[in-house]
Amino acid sequence: MPKIPGPLRALARVAAPMLCLWAMPALADEDVTSFRLDNGLEVVVIEDHRAPVVVQMVWYRVGAADEPAGKSGIAHFLEHLMFKGTDEVGPGAFSELVEAQGGSDNAFTSWDYTAYFQRVAADRLDLMMKLEADRMSDLRLAKEQVDPERQVILEERNQRTDSSPGALLGEQMRAAQYLHHPYGRPIIGWRHEMEGLTQEDALDFYRAHYAPNNAILVVAGDVTPDQVRAMAQTHYGPIPAAPEVTPRQRVAEPPQLAERRMVLADARVSEPYVSRTYLAPERDPGDQKTAAALSILAELLGGNGTTSVLARALQFDTQKAVYAAAFYDPSSVDDTVFSLVVVPTPDTPLEEAEAAMDAAITRFIEEGPDPEAFARIKTQIRAADIYARDDAEGLARLYGEGLAVGLTVEDIEAWPDVLDAVTPEDVVAAAKQVFDRDRAVTGYLMREEVAQ
Amino acid sequence: MTRLFRLIPAAVALVLLALPARAAVDIQTVTSPGGITAWLVEEDGIPFTALEIRFRGGSSLDPAGKEGAVNLMTALIEEGAGEMDAQAFAAARDGLAASFTFASDIDTVAVSARFLTENRDQAVDLLRQAITAPRFDADAVERVRGQVLAGLRSDAKDPETIASDLFRDMAFEGHPYERDSDGTLDSVTALTRDDLVAAHRAALARDRIYVAAAGDITPEELGALLDELLGALPETGAPQAGRAEFHATGGVTVSDFPGPQSVVLFGHSGIRRDDPDFFAATILNEVLGGGRFSARLMTEVREKRGLTYGIGTSLVGYDNAEMVMGQAAVANARVAEAMEVIRAEWARIATEGITAEELEKTKTYLTGAYPLRFDGNGQLATIMVNMQLIDLPPDYPKTRNDKVNAVTAADVKRVAASLFRPADLRFVVVGQPEGVTATD
Repeated sequence: MPKIPGPLRALARVAAPMLCLWAMPALADEDVTSFRLDNGLEVVVIEDHRAPVVVQMVWYRVGAADEPAGKSGIAHFLEHLMFKGTDEVGPGAFSELVEAQGGSDNAFTSWDYTAYFQRVAADRLDLMMKLEADRMSDLRLAKEQVDPERQVILEERNQRTDSSPGALLGEQMRAAQYLHHPYGRPIIGWRHEMEGLTQEDALDFYRAHYAPNNAILVVAGDVTPDQVRAMAQTHYGPIPAAPEVTPRQRVAEPPQLAERRMVLADARVSEPYVSRTYLAPERDPGDQKTAAALSILAELLGGNGTTSVLARALQFDTQKAVYAAAFYDPSSVDDTVFSLVVVPTPDTPLEEAEAAMDAAITRFIEEGPDPEAFARIKTQIRAADIYARDDAEGLARLYGEGLAVGLTVEDIEAWPDVLDAVTPEDVVAAAKQVFDRDRAVTGYLMREEVAQ
Repeated sequence: MTRLFRLIPAAVALVLLALPARAAVDIQTVTSPGGITAWLVEEDGIPFTALEIRFRGGSSLDPAGKEGAVNLMTALIEEGAGEMDAQAFAAARDGLAASFTFASDIDTVAVSARFLTENRDQAVDLLRQAITAPRFDADAVERVRGQVLAGLRSDAKDPETIASDLFRDMAFEGHPYERDSDGTLDSVTALTRDDLVAAHRAALARDRIYVAAAGDITPEELGALLDELLGALPETGAPQAGRAEFHATGGVTVSDFPGPQSVVLFGHSGIRRDDPDFFAATILNEVLGGGRFSARLMTEVREKRGLTYGIGTSLVGYDNAEMVMGQAAVANARVAEAMEVIRAEWARIATEGITAEELEKTKTYLTGAYPLRFDGNGQLATIMVNMQLIDLPPDYPKTRNDKVNAVTAADVKRVAASLFRPADLRFVVVGQPEGVTATD
């Protein structure tokens, strides 16, 4: 029986999950080692010898934003098909081999990357590398496997998106946020294009993007850099670089000159809400200052259910909302989004909730951050150094994601210091830069009867 | 976007599944001067401590008519304590970079805390005030009540929650387990401050405490911390609910809900965690509906037919009831086909059991996976407190894999015939399924 829901479970679902701002790499330098094989494969090793466990992750620098026109969903479909076998390993055998070691494995796809991982006992790492290296170059696909898997991804879309009015509104808002850039397409794909994806589409995408020179290997756990280097050389070393795999070719977003607004009404909606996204800069190699200020801005505005600016203004000083939050994911190749969401109390119209949200932000920009709140966030940033060390797999994800979106190991290691250096003035300046309604999308999720 | 996610929340029982290599975890037991016991894994490599506390009882302690009292009380623990209102409490906690979470479910009230060694005393003092002296200020009660009511209204339009409510109503009629632990719109609206004070008094008492800690703390320090933190709680709380009879019968329930898919929930009564056959049952469940791709239901329903994104079963263990439950989301046009496959697999495992190869592979998996979970202080503390809740001894991690390996082919054959009973299988379908008829 599903777990009993907590009070805000349903509401917390309205906003996209965010990587915790304070989960950051904070290891002593000697715990993280990086190097590159001759074929271009970038390797990061994160040592944690407390338990005899290791996680291997392979990240490809390709995702939904790199798909050919008309083939939305192919990056994610290929991710599923990567478990369907190679010349040496039969369909489904990959996961069986991992499970036979007591391990677990899975994969995920984003706009900028596709990643595969296994978690196993440390002495089974060699076999995991053999398997992962094998499917980097020798994927084999048969129609008998591809056709049912297309049904699986369509059911995945049904489950995640089409069964959720909030997810549908989010998809529509994102499509409107990006006028031209492929971040506007859903990772899962548009249904009409998913239905037509073929075996050949998947293999074309695989050949165009999967190669050691477009990949990052991250190994975290009870292992030494020398061990990883030797194993990686044995298994990944022989795979030739593919010179035809070129850096991302992304179209640029034109100037955004007009505010966009939309309403989605659905009978399945219980609690209406207002959501706003703004186009926002991301972390760039060697230049993470604005992204750091925006990270702290999101925390100050809506990262804390009690003391944040929006919570105080809308839930404490007035009773206009049951939930208010701000989100910003800074790890992205191109411009990302800064988002706000307010779920009003039952007798507060969405227009009033939106106006109150905007008034609170205007006041924040005029008055600047509360010094005590700002100081608490700095304390938490420093403490994150300590807590982050408890989760080697989390660190593996941070390094993998950072490198996959084009940052360097130095950028990733500098991030806590860049955050720590942010001043209240930086936060206000970042807010002024980003909160431009010409570059924003505002969505109302409503009950169907209200709209009729 | 992952390739698979578990539809069935990991019940406590799943945390304890299997072991070949012995888990390298050294659990000490600590008894405070005041007589409170805790389990500890001392790990001084990182200067913080993870602390997990459970109070047995949870929302099943709510008196009739006060449904949701324990849930609302728990949500209010961090909304003001001692001299601090909600704002002051949150500021104090964040100023120490500590994190506290408070949650309740049908069987427990759970407190999870992480705090730094450098300000441990201050963090513990703050947590003590929350646990022993919550204020239940009128404005906080109204604000959090509004959040709970919003959650309940959302649940009423969430097909998964609708399905589990229907199943629970049928399964546990007449027992506190039949109720939604968040309460109802009416019951939560009617709760008073006195009800919350009474719920606090009923649920947070020393006769029902389980504690585990992992991290940078010595046994002596932990002993003193336990008395400081929990010593002021009353000795005894409200009487616990008794065993819950399982009332649901075989059949199909259908509830209309718009959307492209139906949520399909299915199951019947299960097996107690302290049953000698529990490990055989664990292996059988893993073969039939484990979250892995090689599980029979994943193979038949997802991999071969593409009927769903994910399907799984689990042995659900509550304090007072057990079930074998499964769940999937399936396109409306193909629900009937998926149900047919599920029924057939249920019957096949009941009559044929599993193959010798499946038995060996599953043992290898379960015993190989077990030691991998003991990494990280947060993980360790959570596992240890859950072990206590189901009466396992501290040396269990060292013996558990032997118990898995001791299961024989004869055991699984015998247990399969009693654990899986196709005639008793109750399906609850929430959606607009085609070709599916309700039986009652």
